[in-house]
Amino acid sequence: MASNEKKILGVKEDTFRMMMGKYGIGIILIGMVIVISIIKPRFIQPSNLLNILTQISINGLIAYGMCLAITTGGIDLTVGAQLALVSCILGQLVGEMGMNIGLACLIGLLATTAFGLLNGILIAKFNMFPFVVTLSTQLIVRGIAQVISDGQAVSLANANFKAIYSDRFAGIPLPIIYLAVVVIIMYILMHWTKFGRYVYAVGGNVNAAIASGVNVVKTKTLCYTIVGLLSGMAGIIFTSKTGAAQSNIGVGYETDAIAACVLGGTSFAGGISTASGVLLGSIIIGCIYNGMNFLGIDSYYQSMAKGIIIICAVLLDMVMNRKNR
Amino acid sequence: MAENYILECSGISKTFGGTQALKEVELHIRPGEVHALLGENGAGKSTLMKCIIGLYKPDKGAMTWCQKPYQAHGPVDAINQGISMIHQELNPEPHLTIAESIFLKRESTRGFLLDKKAQNKRAEEVLKKFNFPYGPKTLMKDLTLAQVQMIEIIKAVSCDAKLIIMDEPTSSLDSEETRHLFQTINDLKSKGVAIIYISHRMEEIFEICDRVSVFRDGTYVSSRDMEGVTKDELISMMVGRNIENVFPKTDCKIGKPVFRVEHLCGKGFTDISFEVRQGEILGISGLVGSGRSETVRAIFGLDPIISGKMYLDGEEIKIKNPQDAIRRGICMVNEDRKEFGLCLQRSIRENISLPNLPKKQRGLLLRQKKERQECEDAAKTLTVKCASIEHTALSLSGGNQQKVVLAKWIMANPKVLILDEPTRGVDVGAKSDIHALMCKFAAKGMAVIMISSELPEVMGMSDRILIYHEGRLNGSIDRSEIITGNTTQEEILKREFGGK
Repeated sequence: MASNEKKILGVKEDTFRMMMGKYGIGIILIGMVIVISIIKPRFIQPSNLLNILTQISINGLIAYGMCLAITTGGIDLTVGAQLALVSCILGQLVGEMGMNIGLACLIGLLATTAFGLLNGILIAKFNMFPFVVTLSTQLIVRGIAQVISDGQAVSLANANFKAIYSDRFAGIPLPIIYLAVVVIIMYILMHWTKFGRYVYAVGGNVNAAIASGVNVVKTKTLCYTIVGLLSGMAGIIFTSKTGAAQSNIGVGYETDAIAACVLGGTSFAGGISTASGVLLGSIIIGCIYNGMNFLGIDSYYQSMAKGIIIICAVLLDMVMNRKNR
Repeated sequence: MAENYILECSGISKTFGGTQALKEVELHIRPGEVHALLGENGAGKSTLMKCIIGLYKPDKGAMTWCQKPYQAHGPVDAINQGISMIHQELNPEPHLTIAESIFLKRESTRGFLLDKKAQNKRAEEVLKKFNFPYGPKTLMKDLTLAQVQMIEIIKAVSCDAKLIIMDEPTSSLDSEETRHLFQTINDLKSKGVAIIYISHRMEEIFEICDRVSVFRDGTYVSSRDMEGVTKDELISMMVGRNIENVFPKTDCKIGKPVFRVEHLCGKGFTDISFEVRQGEILGISGLVGSGRSETVRAIFGLDPIISGKMYLDGEEIKIKNPQDAIRRGICMVNEDRKEFGLCLQRSIRENISLPNLPKKQRGLLLRQKKERQECEDAAKTLTVKCASIEHTALSLSGGNQQKVVLAKWIMANPKVLILDEPTRGVDVGAKSDIHALMCKFAAKGMAVIMISSELPEVMGMSDRILIYHEGRLNGSIDRSEIITGNTTQEEILKREFGGK
C-alpha cells in the first residue's frame, strides 16, 4: 500500500493538490509569461502588457456576461450577434444620420439589453433550454443587424467616436479602464450582493433555491439581461476599434468568452465561478494570442494551441481537485 | 484459521486531506450472515464500504475475499467478484425497462445486436423467483422506491453476489415495505448470501441481524453477536457515552393558536383541517405516500392548493410560493435534504444565509462581516461540527448537513417551523441534538410541525399527533394519552392502516 507521506516539490501531496486546485490557473499564466519572455524578452515590457490588456477588454466584457449565464447553469450564444447588432445601429445612427455619439451608444445598449431580457424571459419564464433559445435568438439578432445595415459596411471615421477605443486616461488606454470598472462592478455584484448569492444558489441547486424563497425567474432573467448589456458595451468598443460598422463581426466570439470562463474555473454544472477567475481566464486567452504573434506563430496554429491549452487547463483542474471533492 | 470468513478487512486506514476517516479498522463477515454496521454519521461506515467496493483505495491494511487477497478496482469489478452494494439513494434510469435495468452493462446479445427477447425471458425468470408483481417490460419510473430497491437486490442476486451491502435500505420504506424487505433478506440468508446492513434504526437491527460491528470516529469499537446485547449497550458503544433519554422532550408552555388550516385539498390529500399553537410540537404520522409530505409542501407553497383556507394569527393568508411563506414566517425543512435543502457545492455560510439575505443588506451590499458572525453563531448554537463555515456543505456528514438546513431556518426566526423527516439518515448523536433543538424552538414560542416515519420519534417528541391514512386525517392523539400508556405504538399503526 502506498504511504500517505508522498511529497511533491517538498510539500505534502494533499497540500500541493489543494494549492494547485485553487491557484493552478494563476500558476499556468505565470508559467506562460515566463516561457514567452525567455524566448522574446520584449513580451514582458510594460507597453506590450498594456497592449494585451487593451486587446482583452472586448473578450473580458463578454466573458463576464457569459460567466453569469454559465453560473446559473445556462449559456448565452447570442453575444457575437449582439456585437454585430450594436455595430450596425451605430453605423446607421452615427455614420449615416450623424446622431450624437452618446445617444447612439445608449440606443445600441438598449437594443442589446432588450434582447438579453428576451433571452432571459424565454429561458426563465418558459423554462426553455438556454442553448436552444440563444442559438435561435442569435440568428434573429444577426438578421436584424443585416437588415439595418443592408449588408453594407459603414465607415465610422469620426475622430470622437474612434476616441472611445484609442484615447488614454492618465496614460492608460480607455478600454483597460472600461474593463477595470466592469471587473470591479462584477466582483461586487457576484460576491457582495444578494443577487450574486441568488445566482450561485440557482446554479448550485435550483430546487433548494426555490425552497429557500429565491425568485428564480427574476434572477435568471436579470443574468441574461446583464449579458446583453455587457455584450453591447463590447460591441461599442469593437466598432470604435475597427472604425467600421459591419453585420458580420463577432462570429465565434462566444467561444473565446466561454474559454475564458472555463479557464477561470467556472463550472458548466453551474453554481461555481469567481470574478477573479474570469479575469485570469481572459488574460490567459489574451496572452495566447499576443504571445503567439510575438513568437511568429501562424494564426491557424494559434487556434489549435488555444484548444489544447483549454483542455490541458481543465484536465489539470480535474486531476488536482479530484481528492478535494 | 479459527473461523471461516468470507470477507476480512484488517488494519484499514484512509485519510482525506488532513482528516483520518478510518484508523486501522477491522471487519469480518461470515458467509450467510446479516451483519449490522453501527456508528454515528462520520464514524467511517460509508468510507469502509467504499473501500470494499473499490471506490476508494485504502492507504493501509489488507482485505481478503474468500480467503484470497482482495482489491476491487471500482464497483463493476467488485460486482464481478461477487460484492454488490445497494445505495441509500437509488438513482434508477426512469426510461429503462426492468429487464434493461437488471441486465445493464451485461445485455443479452446476438452478434452485435441486443437480444431483447432473450433478455426479457431471463429477467422474467429472476423476477418470478422473487415474486415481483411487475413484468420485465415495465418502466422503472412506474415503480415505487421500494420496488426500485427490490430490483437492485434482484440485480445483485442475478450477478451471483455472495455479499450484498445495504446502506440504510429502509430509510424511505414504510413499515409494510420494510417487512417485505426483511423477508427477502431472510431468503437471501438461507441461500448463503452474506449481508452488511447499515442502519440507524435499532429496532430493525435487533430484528434482522445476526452480528453487529460498531464504529466510532473512524475507529473500530468491537463486534458482538446480536444475541445477548442490549440497545443501551450498543448506543453507549457507538457514542462512547450513555444517552440517558433518547427523546428528551421537555414540556413547554403552550400558548395561543398560531396557524390553522381548514378543509385543505391538494394533490394527494383531501379535507385536512388542523391547528397548531405556540410552543406546541405537532407530530404527523402516516405511511409513506399517505399525503403527509404533500400537505406540508402545499402549505409552504411548493405545490398548489386546490381548495381550503389557511390562517396565520387569525388572519386568512394565501401562499403561492415559498417566498410568500417565508415572508409570513412559515419555514420548512424538506424531507429531501440534498434536493431541496442545500446547495452542496457552496459554503456552509452561504447556505445558512440564503433565505435570510434580505435582512443582511446595507443599501445594495451585503454586510458580510456581520453575516459571517451570525452564521458562525448559528452554526455553534446548532452544534454543526465543521472546521470552518467557509467549507462546502458537501464536506459535512448527513447529520451536520441537516443541522445547517435547520440553522438557515432558525435564523429566519419563523412563527411556524415545519420539519419533514428532520432526522432521516442522521446518526444517533445528531438525532438527539436535533430533538433537543426542537424543544428549544418550541420553548421560544415557535409552533413546530414534525413529520416522521419513525413512530417512537413521533410518540416521543409530539404534544399531539395527527394520523394520516390515504390522504385524509384518521384521528389525533394527545401526549397525555401516550404518557399514560392509553395509546400504544400498535394502535397508531392500526390507524395508519385505516382502522379506528
